[in-house]
Amino acid sequence: MALQDFAPIGALLFLASAVMLLVVFISRLFGPYRPNPRKSAPYESGMKPIGPAIRRMPVKFYLVAVLFILFDIEVIFFLPWAVAVRDLGVYGLIVMGVFLFILTVGFIYEWKKGALEWE
Amino acid sequence: MLFEVPSLESLNLGVTLPAVSLAFGVCVLLLADLLLVPKDRKEITAWLAVAGVAVSFVLNLFTFNNTDNEAFLGMFVADSFTGFMNIVILLTAFLGILLSKDYLKRAGIERGEYYTLMLMSAAGMMFMASANDLVVVFIALELLSIPLYVLAAFRVPDVKSEESGMKYFILGAFSSAFFVYGAALVYGATGTTSLPAIFNAVGTLAESGGSSAFLLLAGAGLILVGLGFKVAVVPFHMWTPDVYEGAPTPVTAFMSVGAKAGGFAALLRIMAMSLPAFTLADGQTFAAWQQTFWIIAALTLILGNLVAIAQSNIKRMLAYSSIAHAGYILMAVAASGTIGLTDEATRAALIYLLAYMFTNLGAFGVALAVERDDGSGTNLNDFVGLAKNRPGLALMMAVFMLSLTGIPLTGGFIGKWFVFKATLDAGLVALAIIGVLTSVVSAFYYVRVIVNMYLRDGEAETPGETQMVNWAVYIAGAGTLIMGIFPFLVTGLSDLVTVAASVVR
Repeated sequence: MALQDFAPIGALLFLASAVMLLVVFISRLFGPYRPNPRKSAPYESGMKPIGPAIRRMPVKFYLVAVLFILFDIEVIFFLPWAVAVRDLGVYGLIVMGVFLFILTVGFIYEWKKGALEWE
Repeated sequence: MLFEVPSLESLNLGVTLPAVSLAFGVCVLLLADLLLVPKDRKEITAWLAVAGVAVSFVLNLFTFNNTDNEAFLGMFVADSFTGFMNIVILLTAFLGILLSKDYLKRAGIERGEYYTLMLMSAAGMMFMASANDLVVVFIALELLSIPLYVLAAFRVPDVKSEESGMKYFILGAFSSAFFVYGAALVYGATGTTSLPAIFNAVGTLAESGGSSAFLLLAGAGLILVGLGFKVAVVPFHMWTPDVYEGAPTPVTAFMSVGAKAGGFAALLRIMAMSLPAFTLADGQTFAAWQQTFWIIAALTLILGNLVAIAQSNIKRMLAYSSIAHAGYILMAVAASGTIGLTDEATRAALIYLLAYMFTNLGAFGVALAVERDDGSGTNLNDFVGLAKNRPGLALMMAVFMLSLTGIPLTGGFIGKWFVFKATLDAGLVALAIIGVLTSVVSAFYYVRVIVNMYLRDGEAETPGETQMVNWAVYIAGAGTLIMGIFPFLVTGLSDLVTVAASVVR
């Protein structure tokens, strides 16, 4: 693959950075700016990011985070597949079926184990 | 469209059945254990797991030595090497399950996930034995390792077990990163991740020389670090004693054999198959990595055997002994770097692995019988007087110890015989001498166990001796002895093994 084949990726990279910078600076320029300590904390309603590393925190958050990654990756796999599903045809369907089967097994497992219940 | 959508026929899924059926069996087992098996009857899960292993074993016999053996467009190969490796891996899983069943109940950690994880790891080992592409090797490596991390920490809240799992996880993740980095460099040098294609690219690279050849060597070195960690060879062995000591004993037994089998399968395939000779010295052709393996093998043999002498805990002793045995197999890997000897050396490594599998699982089985419910009782002194109380177990332990030393009429002797022969044929005389000398040293600490059992007075207890453990120990003992007395049974099988690169050539 020649280097110019990567041109769309380069364009994407440029556009994504441009939009990101634009959004940050436009809101700073035109929006009202009244900071207070609560609002300027990195996570407005999350845990404090600075402090002693060794302290107790509910392990449930980690469970949620792990489950999030799982389904996040599912989406990452599904989107390109959905775009190309016509070209991939039956083969793509079978491959996705295998992926979905493994995912479902994991999902049933976590459900039955009570990982989805908060209390 | 950038690529052609493959048809189902071109995937050739038939030859992947042994490994895929085990992976599918894992999913079924997980659900069956969750939905059908009652909480107090986890032995049903164990038997289901055995059934999964048996199905895979039968399928493996069907695909053994298949001629049309490439699947998934050449990423997966099921040749006779794979077939032989699968036999070793599936027997390991089978004996591992037998050893685990009653142990889990005694230790109070009887959870159905145990068997799922064990089979998952075994499936990863089988994919490792079939992998014909660096990406597949990596996925198989992770599938092999991640369940083992969990299994090592399975005895929570036991502190040692937790420490063992944590250590294994952090260092294991580190070594995986090394492997990926190495694979990336090899890809950078050759432009492909497929092992046969790398093989073809290496020849032209060697002629042109320059930075690409250096990149290839650096990549091969990093791959060696990643896989060397898994099989516990010397510069990368630090984790072994702690992890082996802390993990539940059947898990230690399983991973001391299984992880080694998987790691060496990949090591043999990558090194012997796709990175062939490109150095000429003294009119003899050998692979550029042979020197490295020579040194690592020698270090592994010396350190493993010498440090094992100082151990007073049977699990730690067997951990160092497993390092030493990785060194013997590494001798065969080094020998496979000499052109024309690849097949012979590969066969030697396979036979050694089979013998080591029976012997080591059996030795851990006896250690498990002596161990108490709370995990203590793994000291060498706990074996004192075993011959009087449990003559059968003591006799088996004696056989295993002699086999690990390499005394004739045991499987260990046959394995060592072939490995030393391959090493000598490859012209690595000094390495063979180191191997023989360290074998003599190893007799010291192996025989000490026999002395404890037979010659010292005492009352050894075997709280862990159950029907199932006895079976596993006697099966392993029978395997060790049959291999030792009728070696042609095994060599007949291994003679079929040729490394796929020689077909490509």
